[in-house]
Amino acid sequence: MQRYSGFGLVKHALSHHENWQRQWRNPTPKKAYDVIIIGGGGHGLGTAYYLAKEFGIRNVAVIEKGWLGGGNTARNTTIVRSNYLWDEAAALYEHSMKRWEGLSQDLNYNVMFSQRGVLNLGHTLQDMRDIQRRVNANRLNGIDGEVLDAKGVQELVPIMDCSKNARYPVMGASWQPRAGVARHDAVAWGYARGADALGVDILQQTEVTGFKIRDGQVYGVHTNRGDIEAKTVGCVAAGNSGVLAKMAGLKLPLESHPLQALVSEPLKPVLDTVVMSNHVHGYISQSDKGDLVIGAGIDGYTGYGQRGSYPTVEHTLQAIVEMFPIFSRVRMNRQWGGIVDTCPDACPLISKTKVKGLYFNCGWGTGGFKATPGSAHVFAASLAKGEMHPLAAPFSIDRFNTGALIDEHGAAGVAH
Amino acid sequence: MFHIYCPYCGEYREEEEFHPKGEAHIVRPEDPETCSDEEWGDYLFFRHNPRGIHHEMWVHAVGCRKFFNITRNTATYEILETYKMGEAPSITAESRDDRAAAEAETAEKQEGVRA
Repeated sequence: MQRYSGFGLVKHALSHHENWQRQWRNPTPKKAYDVIIIGGGGHGLGTAYYLAKEFGIRNVAVIEKGWLGGGNTARNTTIVRSNYLWDEAAALYEHSMKRWEGLSQDLNYNVMFSQRGVLNLGHTLQDMRDIQRRVNANRLNGIDGEVLDAKGVQELVPIMDCSKNARYPVMGASWQPRAGVARHDAVAWGYARGADALGVDILQQTEVTGFKIRDGQVYGVHTNRGDIEAKTVGCVAAGNSGVLAKMAGLKLPLESHPLQALVSEPLKPVLDTVVMSNHVHGYISQSDKGDLVIGAGIDGYTGYGQRGSYPTVEHTLQAIVEMFPIFSRVRMNRQWGGIVDTCPDACPLISKTKVKGLYFNCGWGTGGFKATPGSAHVFAASLAKGEMHPLAAPFSIDRFNTGALIDEHGAAGVAH
Repeated sequence: MFHIYCPYCGEYREEEEFHPKGEAHIVRPEDPETCSDEEWGDYLFFRHNPRGIHHEMWVHAVGCRKFFNITRNTATYEILETYKMGEAPSITAESRDDRAAAEAETAEKQEGVRA
């Protein structure tokens, strides 16, 4: 693998940037692998990367029915934070946050991780009590966080309407300075390039059509490019996890919903942090290109259509304009939807199944992007050892039968 | 935006008057006290979540406030029918599969003719 550097940029400039190496191969599938990962998004590619890099398993295939990072990896609003309430969730997201902090160097790929901080606004007394509780819990777990009052919020974001005249006045916020945003495509591409260099086969436009299961043990998959064998199969298919589970005769506690986002025309720099509000429901940041990246809520109905309804967009923009009257005339450029697989307790599933050798990593719902490096790492560790990583163990599918749920609806950010 | 026919009001109304309430036809266990943890968890949390035909409950929240059922395709979002609580759907994934298979067969035959 050619390493990227400033020197390389200058060198390639001399040949008009025409001789850059391809970032990953496009191999034909082998008959068998040690591990198959289904789903070529950030979590799947990351899993393959860590399997090869940290656990020495290089005979790995990543099977993707479309193109790399074409699902929710490319459809999210790129926010990265770890200020979750419960110990189990906080540990997992903080594990991820620590990996974000060195990810560009680790991958030799600029994922443009920008720690510009995230504000979670409070608009009612109860919001503020919940924020205090969550920030206190965060600090006990070694995660940075502060409680700000309205004045503190106004100092950080001068363009926001923090006056008492707002329909839902801002009373304060939680503030995580280490949080921020990252370039989502670069995460998928960086992991793909890293994994490919270590020998992982990335099979695009290859769709899994069924599992090969004998005596309760998985031994391969059927695809539109022939059968591929492996004794360990990890499904990381986000919104389509339920469809895969059905092929294996399993049922998951997931429902797939459309979640929308939209971006505006590019503006000069005006917002240098991330602002989220659960109460009025909207979240916003400004990308390096200058466009405002706005996230909406999920649609209440289930859907696989990668598009949502207009009333949801309208409600979100009402909230954004209420918070930022200055944006009232900004025009929106694009709007799209992704399929998010939501769990009843707003926490993911990282779990073994009744089928031996078949693992699922899904149910990240509305907040999977921030968890990409951590999720990929703990899932790779679990696949490599055949035992769930201690950070992943609490997220077993069994919790829906034992009752040990991890209720993160408050910190999940998107109401569902 | 959905245009939904409320079977109680007998009118088409806009989506915003309604709220989706999840999968329909989930039967509460008759004797919850004798349920195993597995049965109770399955009843509470596990859903079919199909890509395709889905029967779901909606409420006409700012209309008649009654619950009713919708049969909808979750991939195309097409609403196939609405029906009252307690009624059975006339369109199901199985009946659609039969129809799709029949259509595919006809198409195949036609292709055969062309070839």
